[in-house]
Amino acid sequence: MQVIRSPKVYDVVVVGSGAGGGIAAKVLTEAGAEVCMLEAGPQWDQARDGKMLGWPYESPRRGAPTERPFGEFDAAWGGWELDGEPYTSAPGSQFDWFRARMLGGRTNHWGRISLRWGPDDFRRKSVDSLGDDWPFTYDDIKPYYDKLDEFVGIFGSNHAAETGLHNEPDGKFQPPPLPRAYELYFKQAADRLKIACVPSRLSILTRPLNGRAACHYCAQCGRGCTTHSNFQSPTVLLSPAMKTGKLTIVTGAMAREVLSNAEGKATGISYVDTTTGEERTVQGRIVVLAASACESARLLLNSKSARFPNGLANGSGVVGRHLTDSTGASLSGFIPKMIGMPHHNEDGTGGMHLYMPWWLHNVKDKLPFPRGYHIEPGGGRRMPGFGFMGGIDRHPGGSGGGYGKGLKDEYRRLWGATIGFAGRGEMVANKDTYMDIDPNVVDKWGIPVPRFHWKFGDAERYQARHMMETFKALIEEMGGTVLGKIPGADEDYGLAAGGRIIHEAGVVRMGDDPNASALNKHCQAHEVKNLFVADAGPFVSQADKNLTWTIMALAWRTCDYIADQRKALAI
Amino acid sequence: MDKLNRRQALQVLGAAPALAGIAWTEAEAQQAHQHAQQARRSAVAAKVAYTPKFFTAHEMATITALTNLIIPKDDRSGGASEAGVPEFIDFMMVDQPDRQLLMRGGIRWVDSECRKRYGQTFFKGTAAQQAELCDALAYPAKARPEHSHGVRFFSAVRDLTATGFFTSKIGIADLDYKGNTFVPVWTGAPKEALDHLGVSYAPLSKWYPEESV
Repeated sequence: MQVIRSPKVYDVVVVGSGAGGGIAAKVLTEAGAEVCMLEAGPQWDQARDGKMLGWPYESPRRGAPTERPFGEFDAAWGGWELDGEPYTSAPGSQFDWFRARMLGGRTNHWGRISLRWGPDDFRRKSVDSLGDDWPFTYDDIKPYYDKLDEFVGIFGSNHAAETGLHNEPDGKFQPPPLPRAYELYFKQAADRLKIACVPSRLSILTRPLNGRAACHYCAQCGRGCTTHSNFQSPTVLLSPAMKTGKLTIVTGAMAREVLSNAEGKATGISYVDTTTGEERTVQGRIVVLAASACESARLLLNSKSARFPNGLANGSGVVGRHLTDSTGASLSGFIPKMIGMPHHNEDGTGGMHLYMPWWLHNVKDKLPFPRGYHIEPGGGRRMPGFGFMGGIDRHPGGSGGGYGKGLKDEYRRLWGATIGFAGRGEMVANKDTYMDIDPNVVDKWGIPVPRFHWKFGDAERYQARHMMETFKALIEEMGGTVLGKIPGADEDYGLAAGGRIIHEAGVVRMGDDPNASALNKHCQAHEVKNLFVADAGPFVSQADKNLTWTIMALAWRTCDYIADQRKALAI
Repeated sequence: MDKLNRRQALQVLGAAPALAGIAWTEAEAQQAHQHAQQARRSAVAAKVAYTPKFFTAHEMATITALTNLIIPKDDRSGGASEAGVPEFIDFMMVDQPDRQLLMRGGIRWVDSECRKRYGQTFFKGTAAQQAELCDALAYPAKARPEHSHGVRFFSAVRDLTATGFFTSKIGIADLDYKGNTFVPVWTGAPKEALDHLGVSYAPLSKWYPEESV
């Protein structure tokens, strides 16, 4: 097949348009670079494609998750299964790989939970002897968190001095929204149980910023925001990058390989034009991979040459290793006290206004797991959707089923009297959990696909057990009853399967030792000086906090380094 | 905080091409607005044109009768069929074909049981016969073991009816759900809601210095 080569040589080719790619486009174009961004999916037009402020009855399926796992109105074109783009799991393993194929990737629908990591999160080996320290400290990345807070916008509060939680550092926050009534109620319970409960940190504007309107509190961030009040890569990052006139975005461009030359430099990307099926290449002086951790690792492993027989930047053999996801488990409770709540609009922002950061770091030696988790609560009278009050026959506040006028009243009475808690915790990388390339399977473009190997350790199971015990205690402290059965040891205490929390990281890790890491402390490949990674691939460890804010801070730091090196003509 | 008036809010909501970000032209705003209008018109048109896609006439009649028994009309709102529940369930059979067997087979099970008991199908039965059958199936924990297949079917119909009814316009109005709207300034929960739970903003004023709490 003929390959169509573009004669133009860009300063930088960026693969991926999500959190990391968006930062790369903004920072590098503003530094003067001509950037070409490849995105595997199509353009997403928020005004045309977004469903903000829509009602369930505007669709015949009422928002059912038939085509999108988070429901019909969710702003992610993608899911754990994509037609013609398979992946495999090794025998006895399960890992579910979520991909959004669209401009902006998963930033269009994500939870906006933007937890700045703390000093301990970058030096875990020094703290508990497990895993590795990062090749830099919190102080090195702090200025980039500050820039993000100020440019992208985030609400929250500084509470480290008051709570004594030194690993939850202060930030540059817009004022947090007042809690919902039921949030004050679970805070009372948390206070009595000595569980820290503080304003959440979400990248949603409560004040106008850079021409973007403040939130209008419809609670539908997951549908994408038509007023650009929350963080989405296209509206917040690609928009200023486009204004420089230096950004070219190519959608429908599925990357196949990173191209390299005899000197061992990256020269560009070969990709498939998914609309026409044509094979194309784009050339760049520098290549930045921000395709998501596992896509970037897959690209490197598929970029084999005589000089790089293990794949590009993989002389160490570490690419694909150290795969992790956040641990996750959840439990809901029926809270009788919430019955008869005077009706009011409880929507608020798209997500919690109060949350529980990891609060037990001082007693961690007494726990059967090394790292912590935070708790994301939710509940109340939210917009009715598909699955409304399902399984009412098992509801502890109900009459065991029924039908007729009595049942109709029962739905009215019990709706909204529920609070749920979801834990998100830190998994420690292990040698049995990694990805490689399946030797037998290609996708519809002929690109070899990842094969996942997954194993949780006892630490992750004990963490899930601790989550369940904590959630049960909170529910009962509120006078409530757990909904459903609390999963036991036979179900790993409700621990979600690998990939289900969609926080995959670590497969292109950084470090000072070229034999144990693919990238140096600038996320620059040890073996290929003009190749960088700007997603969660470089992460040395997870944290008990979500990844996105750190993906972006790290990408910003990496791109500042690229700009400095270009100025110095070092790459 | 900047307060948007309704006109400004509508402008912001109707007009935001994906990459405009900060400023958009009048023409782009117009285009975005037309997109939104067109989408809404199509949805309405689609609903009007809807015809059963999966159920036979007998099945549709049976499902309609069942859903109206599960959520009947009362003094506050209409019943399941007024909310479009039978059409919704029929649509879901095509949308999620894994559900078809339970529904089609479940209706046959119910009719077979009714023939044994009353010599006629569920739909043709008297109100008393239909109620008797529902009573046998509607309480899983109390139901007789030989009715387990019917119980499973009934529970599935009840769940689909609840979704269909309470996601409809009349169901949402029935619940008095007050959200999904443009709120220029978030002021938290009203005092009567706080009092209901015995909570107050006062202890948290340190975190909300700009709010009058």
